[in-house]
Amino acid sequence: MQMDIIFCNEILLKPDEVEKVKSFRVVVCSLVALMGSVAAYAEVPSIDLIIENHRFSPEVVEIAAGQKVKLHVINKDATPEEFESHDLRREKVIAGNASANILIGPLEAGEYSFVGEFNEDTAKGKIIVK
Amino acid sequence: MYSAALIVFREVLEAALVVSIVLAASRGVPRRVWSVGAGLVAGVGGAVLIALFAESIANMMDGFGQELLNAGVLLIAVLMLAWHNIWMSSHARSMVAEFKKTGSAVLAGDKPLYALAIIVGVALLREGSEVVMFLYGISVSGTDSSGLLMGGLMGVVAGISFGALLYYGLVNIPVRYLFSVTGWMILLLAAGMAAQASGFLMQAGYLPDQTPLWDSSGWLPMNSVSGQLLHILVGYDSQPTAIQLTTYVATVAMILFGMTLVNRRMALPAAPATNQAG
Repeated sequence: MQMDIIFCNEILLKPDEVEKVKSFRVVVCSLVALMGSVAAYAEVPSIDLIIENHRFSPEVVEIAAGQKVKLHVINKDATPEEFESHDLRREKVIAGNASANILIGPLEAGEYSFVGEFNEDTAKGKIIVK
Repeated sequence: MYSAALIVFREVLEAALVVSIVLAASRGVPRRVWSVGAGLVAGVGGAVLIALFAESIANMMDGFGQELLNAGVLLIAVLMLAWHNIWMSSHARSMVAEFKKTGSAVLAGDKPLYALAIIVGVALLREGSEVVMFLYGISVSGTDSSGLLMGGLMGVVAGISFGALLYYGLVNIPVRYLFSVTGWMILLLAAGMAAQASGFLMQAGYLPDQTPLWDSSGWLPMNSVSGQLLHILVGYDSQPTAIQLTTYVATVAMILFGMTLVNRRMALPAAPATNQAG
Protein backbone atom coordinates (compact mmCIF):
# COMPACT_ATOMS: atom_id res chain seq x y z
CA MET A 1 0.00 0.00 0.00
CA GLN A 2 2.67 2.43 1.05
CA MET A 3 4.66 1.55 -2.05
CA ASP A 4 1.74 2.65 -4.24
CA ILE A 5 1.61 6.03 -2.52
CA ILE A 6 5.31 6.59 -3.16
CA PHE A 7 4.91 5.91 -6.86
CA CYS A 8 1.82 8.07 -7.24
CA ASN A 9 4.04 11.12 -7.60
CA GLU A 10 5.30 10.12 -11.03
CA ILE A 11 3.39 12.97 -12.64
CA LEU A 12 5.63 15.53 -10.97
CA LEU A 13 8.81 13.98 -12.40
CA LYS A 14 10.71 14.64 -15.63
CA PRO A 15 10.40 11.94 -18.31
CA ASP A 16 13.86 10.43 -17.69
CA GLU A 17 13.17 10.35 -13.98
CA VAL A 18 9.93 8.52 -14.63
CA GLU A 19 11.96 5.81 -16.34
CA LYS A 20 14.27 5.58 -13.34
CA VAL A 21 11.37 5.33 -10.96
CA LYS A 22 9.80 2.64 -13.12
CA SER A 23 12.94 0.52 -13.09
CA PHE A 24 13.26 1.14 -9.37
CA ARG A 25 9.71 -0.09 -8.98
CA VAL A 26 10.62 -3.28 -10.86
CA VAL A 27 13.53 -3.84 -8.49
CA VAL A 28 11.37 -3.21 -5.42
CA CYS A 29 8.65 -5.50 -6.68
CA SER A 30 11.14 -8.33 -7.39
CA LEU A 31 12.62 -7.87 -3.93
CA VAL A 32 9.16 -8.11 -2.39
CA ALA A 33 8.48 -11.23 -4.44
CA LEU A 34 11.81 -12.69 -3.33
CA MET A 35 11.02 -11.97 0.30
CA GLY A 36 7.69 -13.64 -0.24
CA SER A 37 9.36 -16.77 -1.58
CA VAL A 38 11.81 -16.79 1.33
CA ALA A 39 8.84 -16.58 3.67
CA ALA A 40 7.18 -19.48 1.84
CA TYR A 41 10.41 -21.44 2.18
CA ALA A 42 10.43 -20.79 5.91
CA GLU A 43 6.99 -22.39 6.12
CA VAL A 44 8.39 -25.81 5.23
CA PRO A 45 7.77 -27.92 8.34
CA SER A 46 10.93 -28.43 10.35
CA ILE A 47 11.85 -31.56 12.27
CA ASP A 48 14.60 -31.55 14.87
CA LEU A 49 17.12 -34.34 14.63
CA ILE A 50 19.61 -34.43 17.47
CA ILE A 51 23.03 -36.05 17.36
CA GLU A 52 24.31 -36.96 20.81
CA ASN A 53 26.93 -39.54 21.76
CA HIS A 54 27.17 -40.39 18.03
CA ARG A 55 23.50 -41.40 17.89
CA PHE A 56 20.53 -39.81 16.20
CA SER A 57 17.47 -38.98 18.17
CA PRO A 58 14.87 -39.77 17.08
CA GLU A 59 16.24 -42.66 15.05
CA VAL A 60 13.01 -43.04 13.12
CA VAL A 61 11.37 -39.99 11.61
CA GLU A 62 7.92 -40.23 10.03
CA ILE A 63 6.86 -37.75 7.39
CA ALA A 64 3.98 -37.52 4.95
CA ALA A 65 4.39 -38.49 1.30
CA GLY A 66 4.68 -35.61 -1.16
CA GLN A 67 5.69 -33.20 1.57
CA LYS A 68 8.82 -31.06 1.63
CA VAL A 69 10.45 -31.20 5.06
CA LYS A 70 13.38 -29.43 6.66
CA LEU A 71 15.55 -31.57 8.89
CA HIS A 72 17.14 -29.36 11.51
CA VAL A 73 20.12 -31.45 12.56
CA ILE A 74 21.58 -30.38 15.89
CA ASN A 75 24.98 -31.82 16.68
CA LYS A 76 25.42 -31.80 20.46
CA ASP A 77 28.70 -33.73 20.25
CA ALA A 78 32.00 -31.89 20.24
CA THR A 79 33.04 -33.88 17.17
CA PRO A 80 31.87 -33.18 13.63
CA GLU A 81 29.48 -35.55 11.90
CA GLU A 82 28.54 -36.10 8.27
CA PHE A 83 24.86 -36.69 7.64
CA GLU A 84 24.79 -39.01 4.66
CA SER A 85 21.99 -40.74 2.85
CA HIS A 86 22.28 -42.35 -0.57
CA ASP A 87 18.52 -42.95 -0.54
CA LEU A 88 17.81 -39.25 -0.02
CA ARG A 89 20.83 -38.13 -2.07
CA ARG A 90 22.05 -35.92 0.72
CA GLU A 91 25.46 -35.44 2.33
CA LYS A 92 26.35 -32.65 4.68
CA VAL A 93 29.07 -32.17 7.25
CA ILE A 94 27.92 -30.67 10.55
CA ALA A 95 30.63 -29.20 12.78
CA GLY A 96 30.80 -30.08 16.47
CA ASN A 97 28.27 -28.21 18.64
CA ALA A 98 26.60 -26.78 15.55
CA SER A 99 23.43 -27.30 13.60
CA ALA A 100 22.48 -27.47 9.95
CA ASN A 101 19.37 -27.61 7.81
CA ILE A 102 18.79 -30.32 5.25
CA LEU A 103 15.84 -30.02 2.89
CA ILE A 104 14.27 -33.30 1.86
CA GLY A 105 11.29 -34.32 -0.18
CA PRO A 106 8.75 -34.33 -1.57
CA LEU A 107 9.21 -38.09 -1.30
CA GLU A 108 7.27 -41.15 -2.31
CA ALA A 109 6.12 -43.59 0.36
CA GLY A 110 8.86 -45.89 1.59
CA GLU A 111 11.86 -46.15 3.87
CA TYR A 112 14.93 -43.97 3.46
CA SER A 113 17.94 -44.74 5.60
CA PHE A 114 20.62 -42.29 6.69
CA VAL A 115 23.84 -42.56 8.67
CA GLY A 116 26.37 -40.37 10.38
CA GLU A 117 29.33 -41.24 8.19
CA PHE A 118 31.96 -40.46 10.80
CA ASN A 119 30.36 -42.86 13.31
CA GLU A 120 28.55 -45.31 11.12
CA ASP A 121 28.42 -48.07 13.76
CA THR A 122 26.14 -46.11 16.06
CA ALA A 123 24.77 -43.16 14.11
CA LYS A 124 21.98 -44.73 12.09
CA GLY A 125 18.43 -43.79 11.37
CA LYS A 126 15.67 -43.87 8.82
CA ILE A 127 12.89 -41.75 7.49
CA ILE A 128 9.57 -43.46 6.96
CA VAL A 129 7.38 -41.77 4.39
CA LYS A 130 3.69 -42.63 4.56
CA MET B 1 40.57 -48.02 14.58
CA TYR B 2 39.66 -49.88 11.41
CA SER B 3 36.49 -47.89 10.92
CA ALA B 4 38.56 -44.71 11.19
CA ALA B 5 40.98 -46.13 8.62
CA LEU B 6 38.10 -46.91 6.28
CA ILE B 7 36.51 -43.46 6.53
CA VAL B 8 39.79 -41.65 5.87
CA PHE B 9 40.68 -44.15 3.13
CA ARG B 10 37.45 -43.40 1.27
CA GLU B 11 38.07 -39.65 1.27
CA VAL B 12 41.78 -39.88 0.45
CA LEU B 13 41.12 -42.42 -2.30
CA GLU B 14 38.98 -39.99 -4.23
CA ALA B 15 41.63 -37.28 -4.23
CA ALA B 16 44.46 -39.78 -4.86
CA LEU B 17 42.77 -41.30 -7.92
CA VAL B 18 42.13 -37.88 -9.44
CA VAL B 19 45.75 -36.85 -8.87
CA SER B 20 47.06 -40.14 -10.35
CA ILE B 21 44.97 -39.85 -13.48
CA VAL B 22 46.02 -36.23 -14.00
CA LEU B 23 49.68 -37.12 -13.41
CA ALA B 24 49.53 -39.98 -15.90
CA ALA B 25 47.65 -37.86 -18.41
CA SER B 26 50.23 -35.11 -18.27
CA ARG B 27 53.19 -37.44 -18.74
CA GLY B 28 55.98 -35.70 -20.54
CA VAL B 29 54.77 -32.20 -19.78
CA PRO B 30 57.80 -30.32 -18.47
CA ARG B 31 57.74 -29.04 -14.90
CA ARG B 32 54.45 -30.79 -14.19
CA VAL B 33 55.83 -32.07 -10.87
CA TRP B 34 56.13 -28.47 -9.72
CA SER B 35 52.60 -27.56 -10.65
CA VAL B 36 51.22 -30.73 -9.14
CA GLY B 37 53.28 -30.03 -6.02
CA ALA B 38 51.95 -26.49 -5.82
CA GLY B 39 48.42 -27.85 -6.21
CA LEU B 40 49.06 -30.36 -3.42
CA VAL B 41 50.31 -27.71 -1.00
CA ALA B 42 47.54 -25.25 -1.83
CA GLY B 43 44.92 -28.01 -1.65
CA VAL B 44 46.00 -29.25 1.77
CA GLY B 45 46.26 -25.67 3.08
CA GLY B 46 42.82 -24.87 1.70
CA ALA B 47 41.38 -28.06 3.19
CA VAL B 48 42.60 -27.04 6.65
CA LEU B 49 41.09 -23.57 6.19
CA ILE B 50 37.74 -25.00 5.08
CA ALA B 51 37.72 -27.38 8.04
CA LEU B 52 38.49 -24.50 10.42
CA PHE B 53 35.71 -22.33 9.04
CA ALA B 54 33.29 -25.17 8.34
CA GLU B 55 30.60 -23.74 10.57
CA SER B 56 30.69 -20.22 9.10
CA ILE B 57 30.78 -21.61 5.56
CA ALA B 58 27.80 -23.82 6.31
CA ASN B 59 25.83 -20.84 7.61
CA MET B 60 26.42 -18.75 4.47
CA MET B 61 23.87 -18.51 1.67
CA ASP B 62 20.80 -19.29 3.78
CA GLY B 63 22.56 -22.27 5.34
CA PHE B 64 23.56 -23.80 2.04
CA GLY B 65 27.12 -22.47 1.89
CA GLN B 66 28.61 -25.95 2.12
CA GLU B 67 26.56 -27.31 -0.77
CA LEU B 68 27.35 -24.30 -2.96
CA LEU B 69 31.05 -24.48 -2.14
CA ASN B 70 31.11 -28.17 -3.06
CA ALA B 71 29.24 -27.53 -6.29
CA GLY B 72 31.55 -24.63 -7.16
CA VAL B 73 34.71 -26.59 -6.45
CA LEU B 74 33.44 -29.52 -8.52
CA LEU B 75 32.53 -27.28 -11.44
CA ILE B 76 36.00 -25.67 -11.41
CA ALA B 77 37.50 -29.17 -11.59
CA VAL B 78 35.18 -30.05 -14.48
CA LEU B 79 36.26 -26.94 -16.41
CA MET B 80 39.95 -27.66 -15.86
CA LEU B 81 39.60 -31.33 -16.80
CA ALA B 82 37.69 -30.35 -19.94
CA TRP B 83 40.37 -27.85 -20.85
CA HIS B 84 43.10 -30.40 -20.23
CA ASN B 85 41.44 -32.90 -22.53
CA ILE B 86 40.81 -30.38 -25.28
CA TRP B 87 44.40 -29.20 -25.11
CA MET B 88 45.70 -32.78 -25.17
CA SER B 89 43.57 -33.64 -28.18
CA SER B 90 45.62 -31.18 -30.21
CA HIS B 91 49.02 -32.12 -28.78
CA ALA B 92 48.84 -35.84 -28.04
CA ARG B 93 49.96 -36.85 -31.51
CA SER B 94 53.13 -34.77 -31.50
CA MET B 95 53.84 -35.79 -27.91
CA VAL B 96 53.61 -39.47 -28.80
CA ALA B 97 55.98 -38.91 -31.73
CA GLU B 98 58.44 -37.10 -29.48
CA PHE B 99 58.21 -39.86 -26.89
CA LYS B 100 59.08 -42.51 -29.45
CA LYS B 101 62.20 -40.60 -30.51
CA THR B 102 63.60 -39.45 -27.19
CA GLY B 103 61.67 -41.20 -24.45
CA SER B 104 60.36 -37.91 -23.18
CA ALA B 105 58.35 -35.17 -24.71
CA VAL B 106 59.61 -31.72 -24.01
CA LEU B 107 57.23 -29.52 -25.87
CA ALA B 108 57.58 -25.80 -26.06
CA GLY B 109 53.84 -25.85 -25.73
CA ASP B 110 51.52 -23.44 -24.07
CA LYS B 111 50.29 -26.17 -21.75
CA PRO B 112 48.39 -24.40 -19.02
CA LEU B 113 50.31 -25.80 -16.09
CA TYR B 114 48.12 -24.00 -13.63
CA ALA B 115 45.17 -26.08 -14.88
CA LEU B 116 47.02 -29.12 -13.50
CA ALA B 117 47.67 -27.35 -10.22
CA ILE B 118 44.03 -26.31 -9.94
CA ILE B 119 42.69 -29.83 -10.63
CA VAL B 120 44.97 -31.28 -7.96
CA GLY B 121 44.23 -28.43 -5.58
CA VAL B 122 40.46 -28.66 -5.73
CA ALA B 123 40.48 -32.45 -5.53
CA LEU B 124 42.39 -32.19 -2.27
CA LEU B 125 40.37 -29.25 -1.01
CA ARG B 126 37.06 -31.08 -1.02
CA GLU B 127 38.10 -34.47 0.29
CA GLY B 128 40.89 -33.15 2.46
CA SER B 129 38.66 -30.83 4.47
CA GLU B 130 36.50 -33.80 5.50
CA VAL B 131 39.57 -35.79 6.54
CA VAL B 132 40.84 -32.84 8.56
CA MET B 133 37.48 -32.43 10.30
CA PHE B 134 37.23 -36.13 11.02
CA LEU B 135 40.75 -36.35 12.42
CA TYR B 136 40.22 -33.17 14.42
CA GLY B 137 37.04 -34.68 15.82
CA ILE B 138 38.96 -37.75 16.90
CA SER B 139 41.65 -35.75 18.60
CA VAL B 140 39.20 -33.67 20.63
CA SER B 141 37.01 -36.62 21.60
CA GLY B 142 39.78 -37.88 23.87
CA THR B 143 38.81 -41.52 24.26
CA ASP B 144 41.16 -43.95 22.56
CA SER B 145 42.20 -41.18 20.20
CA SER B 146 45.68 -42.60 19.56
CA GLY B 147 44.26 -45.81 18.10
CA LEU B 148 41.79 -43.89 15.98
CA LEU B 149 44.50 -41.51 14.79
CA MET B 150 46.61 -44.53 13.85
CA GLY B 151 43.62 -45.77 11.89
CA GLY B 152 43.28 -42.43 10.20
CA LEU B 153 46.93 -42.49 9.25
CA MET B 154 46.54 -46.00 7.86
CA GLY B 155 43.65 -44.70 5.78
CA VAL B 156 45.78 -41.89 4.36
CA VAL B 157 48.59 -44.28 3.47
CA ALA B 158 46.22 -46.83 1.94
CA GLY B 159 44.47 -44.18 -0.13
CA ILE B 160 47.74 -42.79 -1.49
CA SER B 161 49.02 -46.32 -2.21
CA PHE B 162 45.92 -47.03 -4.25
CA GLY B 163 46.53 -43.85 -6.21
CA ALA B 164 50.17 -44.81 -6.77
CA LEU B 165 49.07 -48.24 -7.98
CA LEU B 166 46.75 -46.68 -10.52
CA TYR B 167 49.49 -44.28 -11.63
CA TYR B 168 52.02 -47.04 -12.25
CA GLY B 169 49.37 -49.11 -13.98
CA LEU B 170 48.61 -46.22 -16.27
CA VAL B 171 52.18 -45.21 -17.11
CA ASN B 172 52.95 -48.80 -18.05
CA ILE B 173 50.45 -48.54 -20.85
CA PRO B 174 52.37 -48.10 -24.12
CA VAL B 175 52.66 -44.41 -24.87
CA ARG B 176 50.76 -44.93 -28.11
CA TYR B 177 47.61 -45.71 -26.11
CA LEU B 178 48.33 -43.86 -22.86
CA PHE B 179 46.83 -40.50 -23.80
CA SER B 180 43.85 -42.20 -25.33
CA VAL B 181 43.17 -44.11 -22.10
CA THR B 182 43.73 -41.13 -19.82
CA GLY B 183 41.67 -38.95 -22.14
CA TRP B 184 38.66 -41.24 -21.77
CA MET B 185 39.21 -41.49 -18.01
CA ILE B 186 39.33 -37.73 -17.62
CA LEU B 187 36.24 -37.35 -19.80
CA LEU B 188 34.20 -39.67 -17.57
CA LEU B 189 35.75 -38.24 -14.40
CA ALA B 190 34.65 -34.75 -15.45
CA ALA B 191 31.15 -35.93 -16.36
CA GLY B 192 30.77 -37.67 -13.01
CA MET B 193 31.90 -34.55 -11.16
CA ALA B 194 29.47 -32.39 -13.12
CA ALA B 195 26.61 -34.73 -12.21
CA GLN B 196 27.72 -34.63 -8.57
CA ALA B 197 27.75 -30.83 -8.67
CA SER B 198 24.17 -30.82 -9.94
CA GLY B 199 23.32 -33.08 -6.99
CA PHE B 200 24.69 -30.48 -4.57
CA LEU B 201 22.70 -27.74 -6.31
CA MET B 202 19.63 -29.94 -5.89
CA GLN B 203 20.42 -30.37 -2.20
CA ALA B 204 20.69 -26.59 -1.81
CA GLY B 205 17.34 -26.11 -3.52
CA TYR B 206 18.79 -24.39 -6.60
CA LEU B 207 17.67 -27.23 -8.85
CA PRO B 208 14.40 -29.12 -8.43
CA ASP B 209 14.59 -32.34 -6.47
CA GLN B 210 13.44 -35.22 -8.62
CA THR B 211 12.45 -38.81 -8.14
CA PRO B 212 15.41 -40.99 -9.21
CA LEU B 213 15.17 -42.58 -12.65
CA TRP B 214 16.16 -45.96 -11.31
CA ASP B 215 17.55 -47.67 -8.21
CA SER B 216 20.46 -50.03 -8.76
CA SER B 217 21.57 -49.97 -5.12
CA GLY B 218 20.29 -53.56 -4.83
CA TRP B 219 23.03 -55.04 -6.98
CA LEU B 220 25.71 -52.33 -6.80
CA PRO B 221 25.38 -50.24 -3.64
CA MET B 222 27.26 -46.95 -3.47
CA ASN B 223 28.95 -47.88 -0.21
CA SER B 224 30.45 -51.10 -1.60
CA VAL B 225 34.07 -51.04 -2.75
CA SER B 226 33.22 -51.39 -6.44
CA GLY B 227 30.34 -48.94 -6.15
CA GLN B 228 32.66 -46.44 -4.52
CA LEU B 229 35.41 -46.90 -7.13
CA LEU B 230 32.97 -46.59 -10.00
CA HIS B 231 31.49 -43.51 -8.37
CA ILE B 232 34.89 -41.82 -8.24
CA LEU B 233 36.12 -42.93 -11.66
CA VAL B 234 33.05 -42.74 -13.89
CA GLY B 235 30.49 -41.00 -11.66
CA TYR B 236 28.37 -44.07 -10.87
CA ASP B 237 25.22 -43.20 -8.94
CA SER B 238 22.78 -45.90 -7.83
CA GLN B 239 19.82 -43.50 -7.83
CA PRO B 240 20.41 -40.77 -10.40
CA THR B 241 17.82 -38.15 -11.27
CA ALA B 242 16.99 -36.91 -14.77
CA ILE B 243 18.91 -33.68 -14.16
CA GLN B 244 22.02 -35.57 -13.05
CA LEU B 245 21.90 -37.92 -16.03
CA THR B 246 21.36 -35.01 -18.43
CA THR B 247 24.29 -33.12 -16.89
CA TYR B 248 26.48 -36.22 -17.28
CA VAL B 249 25.61 -36.79 -20.93
CA ALA B 250 25.82 -33.08 -21.79
CA THR B 251 29.29 -32.81 -20.21
CA VAL B 252 30.57 -35.80 -22.19
CA ALA B 253 29.08 -34.39 -25.38
CA MET B 254 30.49 -30.89 -24.88
CA ILE B 255 34.03 -32.06 -24.07
CA LEU B 256 34.03 -34.49 -27.02
CA PHE B 257 32.80 -31.71 -29.27
CA GLY B 258 35.56 -29.38 -28.08
CA MET B 259 38.17 -32.09 -28.60
CA THR B 260 36.99 -32.86 -32.12
CA LEU B 261 36.92 -29.20 -33.03
CA VAL B 262 40.47 -28.51 -31.82
CA ASN B 263 41.82 -31.78 -33.16
CA ARG B 264 40.48 -31.11 -36.64
CA ARG B 265 41.85 -27.59 -36.72
CA MET B 266 45.30 -28.70 -35.60
CA ALA B 267 45.44 -31.70 -37.90
CA LEU B 268 44.41 -29.99 -41.12
CA PRO B 269 47.54 -28.07 -42.11
CA ALA B 270 49.99 -30.80 -41.13
CA ALA B 271 48.75 -33.95 -42.81
CA PRO B 272 45.64 -35.59 -44.14
CA ALA B 273 43.47 -36.11 -41.09
CA THR B 274 43.70 -39.53 -39.55
CA ASN B 275 40.97 -39.56 -37.02
CA GLN B 276 42.13 -40.44 -33.60
CA ALA B 277 40.14 -40.59 -30.43
CA GLY B 278 41.36 -39.34 -27.12
